[in-house]
Amino acid sequence: MSDTIVSLPDQATARIPKDNFITRENGLLSWLLTSDHKRIAILYLISITFFFFIGGALAGLIRLELLTPQTDLMATDTYNKVFTMHGIIMIFFFLVPSVPATLGNFFIPMMIGAKDLALPKINLLSWYLYMAGGLLALYTMMIGGVDTGWTFTTPLSTHYVNTNVLTTGLAVFIAGFSSILTGLNFIVTIHKMRAPGMTWFRLPLFIWAHYAASILMVLATPVVAIAIVLVALERTLGIGVFDPTKGGDPLLFQHLFWFYSHPAVYIMILPGMGVISEVISTFSRKRVFGYTAVAFSSVAIAVFGFFVWAHHMFIMGISNYAVLVFSLLTMLVAVPSAIKIFNWTFTLYKGSITFETPMLYAFGFMGLFTIGGMTGVFLGSSGTDIHLTETYFIVAHFHFVMVGGMLMAFLAGIHFWWPKMTGRMYPEKISQLAAVVTFIGFNLTFFPQFILGMLGMPRRYASYPPEFQILNVFSTAGATILGVGYLLPVLYLIWSLKYGAIAGDNPWQATGLEWQTQSPPLTENFAVMPVMDHEAYDYEWLEKQQKEQGVASAE
Amino acid sequence: MQNSQIHAANSAPLAHEEHPSYLRHHFNSTEQQADAAGFAMWLFLLTEVMFFGGLFTAYLVYRNWYYPAFVSGSHQLNVVWGTTNTAVLILSSFTMAMGVWCAQTRRRRGLVLCLALTFFLGLVFLGIKTVEYREKIEKHHVPGFHYSLQSFLDPQSDPEVYKEYHDKALVPDMARHTELYFSLYFLMTGMHALHMIIGIGILGFMILRARAGAYTAGHETFVVNFGLYWHFIDIIWIYLFALLYLISRH
Repeated sequence: MSDTIVSLPDQATARIPKDNFITRENGLLSWLLTSDHKRIAILYLISITFFFFIGGALAGLIRLELLTPQTDLMATDTYNKVFTMHGIIMIFFFLVPSVPATLGNFFIPMMIGAKDLALPKINLLSWYLYMAGGLLALYTMMIGGVDTGWTFTTPLSTHYVNTNVLTTGLAVFIAGFSSILTGLNFIVTIHKMRAPGMTWFRLPLFIWAHYAASILMVLATPVVAIAIVLVALERTLGIGVFDPTKGGDPLLFQHLFWFYSHPAVYIMILPGMGVISEVISTFSRKRVFGYTAVAFSSVAIAVFGFFVWAHHMFIMGISNYAVLVFSLLTMLVAVPSAIKIFNWTFTLYKGSITFETPMLYAFGFMGLFTIGGMTGVFLGSSGTDIHLTETYFIVAHFHFVMVGGMLMAFLAGIHFWWPKMTGRMYPEKISQLAAVVTFIGFNLTFFPQFILGMLGMPRRYASYPPEFQILNVFSTAGATILGVGYLLPVLYLIWSLKYGAIAGDNPWQATGLEWQTQSPPLTENFAVMPVMDHEAYDYEWLEKQQKEQGVASAE
Repeated sequence: MQNSQIHAANSAPLAHEEHPSYLRHHFNSTEQQADAAGFAMWLFLLTEVMFFGGLFTAYLVYRNWYYPAFVSGSHQLNVVWGTTNTAVLILSSFTMAMGVWCAQTRRRRGLVLCLALTFFLGLVFLGIKTVEYREKIEKHHVPGFHYSLQSFLDPQSDPEVYKEYHDKALVPDMARHTELYFSLYFLMTGMHALHMIIGIGILGFMILRARAGAYTAGHETFVVNFGLYWHFIDIIWIYLFALLYLISRH
């Protein structure tokens, strides 16, 4: 057994193909007006990274304030604004579009053997909407920010705060449309653009995961859009829909908001799960165990995901019977998630595992997502939820799923497909180090928060009783390490653009169609339209293919 | 220029039966292209259903809670105008459907005529809506702008409506909830009117393009999909008409 599967072309003679999607056209306008899904993915990647580091800087401020029990770094009002903007930027401008808009955009057409997404111009429009929303959010931050929490809770947001609820709402509304258009585009593409022979059950699991996430984007996002419109009108005109003094009900806002915002966490995590399926299979040289079960578990998560929203409202005065039903439904979501984790584990069993960076991140995902998911069950059962809700336990749970899960998956995917996107390898050793640093930093940051939450430290306060300090110091120290872990990839990935080893078509010996073309790909992806004549993750097919090619080139 | 040559050269091995100018480079056939666009339109309409769904949910909740207020509120609407508008919209859907048929059978003049009629009927609808809104403004029934409870606390002060329905006076608590009814009325019809305005704008653009013969040379997808959008707005209105105007008529 070798300790790596990387097979690079002979570096002395290898060249990056002269004609590819990056070199075909030049100039800023050729990027800003492009309709090529790969170029749009790159635009998204750059802008998403930008927003990630803004959201990250805000998180740094939060952790710095919480280093000491007193409020000494900033006023409590400022603290409210900082955690609100951290939430809004990270959720709407990083997590929701992260994997779908970058990796999904780039690889969905390639994996199904298409030349582009079905609606290339709509794809570009979605990037512009995303940027408009994002810049509006930044503008809001500059003129004073907003302090309602990312949840826009009424009547706080409609009656009591005098910060910039309207511009923030508009920013989220616009970003929502961007997300709707992306999801719509993916669904149409997956239905109508598959190459000959690419049947539904030959699709890579990355595609299934994105399909499920797209359904959620298309069906759930419009509901939060209308909820935000209602908040804006309530705030400006006092229409009374959420105002108890006029007969309205603030709970209605909660229902509408969480009807999107709970499925939204599956919009965020499902594409990440898709990445993990690809990575685990490639680096254990095995077909994903229980392909069909994993495929359907994505769809099941999407379906169940629509019927659990009220578990955010257990303490808000919904009826006890509703609590019972939603509690049960919440438990049910754990089933398809567990199916995925178990199947990935079985994929590893007796596989030829190697430990390249994407695989390290994938392992991180499996461990942290499992903890994040299982603590979700604590919160889903109404009894423990009443004790744990609105404490740091929630914060820790959410960050285990989103940062430990989704961000790890995002980084796994970026490293995994970096050679395909750029034609060059990232430096292996330092990126393995970054993966380990991220994992350590992450655990140090968020594990203490579980304990803090159990002990009763509430979220969203700038100060806390002195006995909580030691755990908070751990958490802040961890955040610093985590920050280093995130900065490293930015540096060495940029370095690799010029100095990385030439990757060749298929450095990982992976089976997906995206690996059977040059890197970086042609603008039209494939020189000849591919025909899918084998199952997904069929490594024997790949070997046979390579043998034939070897014979052909020897002749 | 150079770009399109490369595309053409590249797709040469994939034999095409026909390769008309409107076939985008990433599709293999016009059929696939039309299919994809149509499917996308249906998905878009699905998002619209969810968007309006939020409003319908709010309506259902409050109508159940404050039924008497909703009945009295609905009596302030003019059923004649509402019915007329429903007829106008259904007629416009018919002219739109005829427009789609004209495009499919490549009748340029017919298409322009049908689109112009649809455009005109859309404007008639908005005109009638304006008259109705004006009535509400005059009676101070616009929530948030000096909303007046007069007509509900003392129905006889509003002789025209009283003559028709003989409503009993509402207790003050319930009367205040008529404001919620009118909030929803303006929200739902306003959101619908916004969709109409967007639709009329697109219709104007289409009329110009149709006169140049853009849709009558085999590429009618845009007209077909816009037709779907127009019928969708029509259906939304039919629901709104029943929910807002006809509450107490069983």
